[in-house]
Amino acid sequence: MTSTIQDFLAMGGYAQFVWPAYGLAAVVLVGLLAISLRQLRKAEAELSALGLSRRERA
Amino acid sequence: MQPSADLGIGRPRPHNSVIMHRFANPARFQRIANAVLPWFTAATVLLLALGLYFALFDSPADYQQGETVRIMYVHVPSAWMALFVYSFIAAASAAALIWRHPLADVAARSASPIGACFTFLALVSGSLWGKPMWGAWWVWDARLTSVLILFFLYLGHMALLRAFDDPTRGARAAAILALAGFVNVPIIKFSVDWWNTLHQPASILRLGGPSIDPSMLLPLLLMAVGFTTFFVVVLLLRMKAELLAARLRAAQLARLQPAMP
Repeated sequence: MTSTIQDFLAMGGYAQFVWPAYGLAAVVLVGLLAISLRQLRKAEAELSALGLSRRERA
Repeated sequence: MQPSADLGIGRPRPHNSVIMHRFANPARFQRIANAVLPWFTAATVLLLALGLYFALFDSPADYQQGETVRIMYVHVPSAWMALFVYSFIAAASAAALIWRHPLADVAARSASPIGACFTFLALVSGSLWGKPMWGAWWVWDARLTSVLILFFLYLGHMALLRAFDDPTRGARAAAILALAGFVNVPIIKFSVDWWNTLHQPASILRLGGPSIDPSMLLPLLLMAVGFTTFFVVVLLLRMKAELLAARLRAAQLARLQPAMP
């Protein structure tokens, strides 16, 4: 069992190329999603903090 | 069909831009975006989970490339998205310049960082594959160079959007850059046919059908569709944020000049 996991992680000797490709993709895409979500939350919070009247909100 | 159906005859036909502006209504956009976001989010999670399972566990190693073939399941979808998102920005820029479509500028501005991320991933994952397989992190061949130019076009687009005090002028300049730079998209696609490159030619979108084994095509397509739904999710989130920010600016301006006659 351990050896199959080790085999899998070793990626046929190409671990140093395969895993960074997947790791970087995960970091970049999750990071982009997190930044976009944070900007949306920030804009929502600032808009509600203004306490817009019904007319201004239109 | 009712004979009295209103065909609009006798009334002035609304101009195309009027029809488009009806779809561009921000309130309607918010409603549609909120309705589709949960579905695209669920689809993204499902597709990427399935795609990663097949990419890492349930697909064979290549007879020439060994396990490095698994880099392809990140690299190829990223490269496709790099081209797809740029084409989307070019189309949105055209709509913004020609019809003054109010949402088109917002769409182009929101898409460009996403496309830059995908282009970056395509370049780096390609480099990580190139080192063990070609023996070089980078070569100045036609495909790699034209994709690097695409990355700089994305950065230029993002920079131009912020380069003017007046955001509408920045949007115009960025839209013109996006349209002019679109010539690079077919150059990238056909670079592997037009020039002698180290990069392999197309194996999916080619005459005679895909030349890739189904066991490798499945994870590739799952990842590609998953990246596409991910793009839709992030695009909608960013467009929502941009529209809220615009409304915030408008409200602040209105408060600064309360005594309008």
